[in-house]
Amino acid sequence: MGEEEKELHKKILATDAMKQLMATYYMEAKAAEGDDKKPVCWITSGAPVEFLVAMDIIPVYPENHGALCGAARMAVDLAEIAEGAGFSRDLCSYARLDIGSAMSRGGPIGGLPRPDFLLCCNNICGTVVKWYEELAVYFNVPMFLIDTPFVHESSRRYAIDYVAAQFRELIEFLEEFTAGSYDAERFREVALLSKEGIGLWSDILRLSENRPSPITCFDAFIHMAPIVTLRGTARVIDYYRALKAEIEQRVEKGISAVPEERYRLLWDNIPIWYELRNLGHLFAEQGACLVADTYTTAWAVEIEVDDPVNSMARAYSSIYLNISIDLMFKKVKALIERYSVDGVVMHSNRSCKPYSLGQYDIARMILSETGKPVLVIEADMTDSRVFSSSQVHDRILAFIETLHS
Amino acid sequence: MYFAGVDIGSITAKAVVLDNDTILSTSLARTGHDSRNAGRMVLEEALGEAGISEEDLAKVIATGYGRLNVDFTDEKVTEITCHARGAHFSLPDVRTVIDLGGQDSKGIAIGDNGKVIDFVMNDKCAAGTGRFLEVMAAALQVDLGDLGSISRESKDPAPISSVCTVFAESEVISRVAEGVLKTDIIAGIHKAIASRIFAMISRIPVNEKIVMTGGVARNSGVVDALEERFKTRIIVPGMPQHMGSLGAAIIARERSNET
Repeated sequence: MGEEEKELHKKILATDAMKQLMATYYMEAKAAEGDDKKPVCWITSGAPVEFLVAMDIIPVYPENHGALCGAARMAVDLAEIAEGAGFSRDLCSYARLDIGSAMSRGGPIGGLPRPDFLLCCNNICGTVVKWYEELAVYFNVPMFLIDTPFVHESSRRYAIDYVAAQFRELIEFLEEFTAGSYDAERFREVALLSKEGIGLWSDILRLSENRPSPITCFDAFIHMAPIVTLRGTARVIDYYRALKAEIEQRVEKGISAVPEERYRLLWDNIPIWYELRNLGHLFAEQGACLVADTYTTAWAVEIEVDDPVNSMARAYSSIYLNISIDLMFKKVKALIERYSVDGVVMHSNRSCKPYSLGQYDIARMILSETGKPVLVIEADMTDSRVFSSSQVHDRILAFIETLHS
Repeated sequence: MYFAGVDIGSITAKAVVLDNDTILSTSLARTGHDSRNAGRMVLEEALGEAGISEEDLAKVIATGYGRLNVDFTDEKVTEITCHARGAHFSLPDVRTVIDLGGQDSKGIAIGDNGKVIDFVMNDKCAAGTGRFLEVMAAALQVDLGDLGSISRESKDPAPISSVCTVFAESEVISRVAEGVLKTDIIAGIHKAIASRIFAMISRIPVNEKIVMTGGVARNSGVVDALEERFKTRIIVPGMPQHMGSLGAAIIARERSNET
């Protein structure tokens, strides 16, 4: 297995630095628990973290922790704790395992540090609102909610104003909570760092436009952790500079992410965390490289440093999960064209309703407007009880056979 | 030149031996717990019937869930591709294949050349599959092979609303307790399967020329219910269960010619 693994997957050297970066992040966050000078905030993945960073609040992401638990195959045990407390199995598995972990302090890092308050933004789904309300009751801490109106055709001025007004309220809330004062200049610095980090991350993803592609989306799923959790800090920039240089070198040397790149595919939806390695191998064996995905690009929001509050109100409102199916299709089509994709693999994710609802419509649009075939596989991002390995593998192999013919 | 295709499914294993375009022999046996042995047995039986030996075969291809651990070939193709090719070979006009096997139900859209354009499969649920019908037949204490003819006598199919095999079984038992006729219950089961399959297959392009393959195609009651649902005639080939192994043999012949 060892040699075969080496051959099928070229290890990214920066991975060790990433693991170190993430370990330090979680250690610092855990050390801050109970320290009044370092408030900890649990935050949804699509929320404007820049405000927290600018006020020296430590952001902690239950969703990133969920991915960690999923990859460590510890998610089901944690979810069952929440299920035992009465939470339905039909709820998002990130929510279930997070609540289970909060109740038991279980998981690969012994649970997350207790929050001092919660920041929830409903641009990714409606579930987060109820999930965070549960957490607010459980921990007896305040919760700040940012409501982002759904974008049907384009972002409306009044909707952006509405979100920007909530950002200003958030600033007041943070000032009151920390008894500190908001510094617009410091915020601009953070926005600049955020923009730079996002720029580097986008550059790295775009290196997959090369043929053969130097990385797969399975690499992107691993290396996205810093842009999610440490956006707006200088550490992220150092890390992504190194990663970018390494991947650029791969491109120069013509190093391919999979042994023989015959098919270029696009992945849709959140990764199946407990199956990353197996799926990565299966595709690689078939010479199929997942060159891009709709997920990791979600953190490529556009921020204007001259007008950070308004531009962030627009950017955070119009992320992939808060836009109409027509707009989603436009983004997918652009990815298909940019990355010269031969087919699309959609993960119909039992947990994530806003991501999975409409996939069959988008699949039909893809087939009729681009002629590219689409495969839908049914699974869950962390709840492996709903994953049937032989059936999913069979479908993937059959799909690759159709690409071949 | 001789070619063989072996399809090792969850319930039965099938083999077909071809002499170029002509089917020389076929075989079928229960897969049981040892899928590798089942594959070898059906291959040997088909070879024996054809009067040739394994060395005479130019190529063998395996398909079905048991394909991954057989010892008589390195070449494996998924049953989706094989069923499409087998159905296209038997009935070249057909563009939609409904395959209801032991644990899978699938819809396959095929192009002019018999190649797969799109497909859809059931998820981790046995409703509509051969296993589902086996459970229902056992609950009603009738022979699996008689389900079709019994349901044809029904005047008033009983509604069966559950799509889960376990719940449908208890629903069937409740209907029996209520005194509903077996004929009506069985017809109701067939209708429930047809509406589930119809909803699934509607996700892919469906052409009027539909062929049905897999073991469930031998149940005329399911075929009737599907025809009613799709509002078109559904063609069942002579050997519906052998379409996968036939397709595998045809692909073996094509690949042999390529090299």
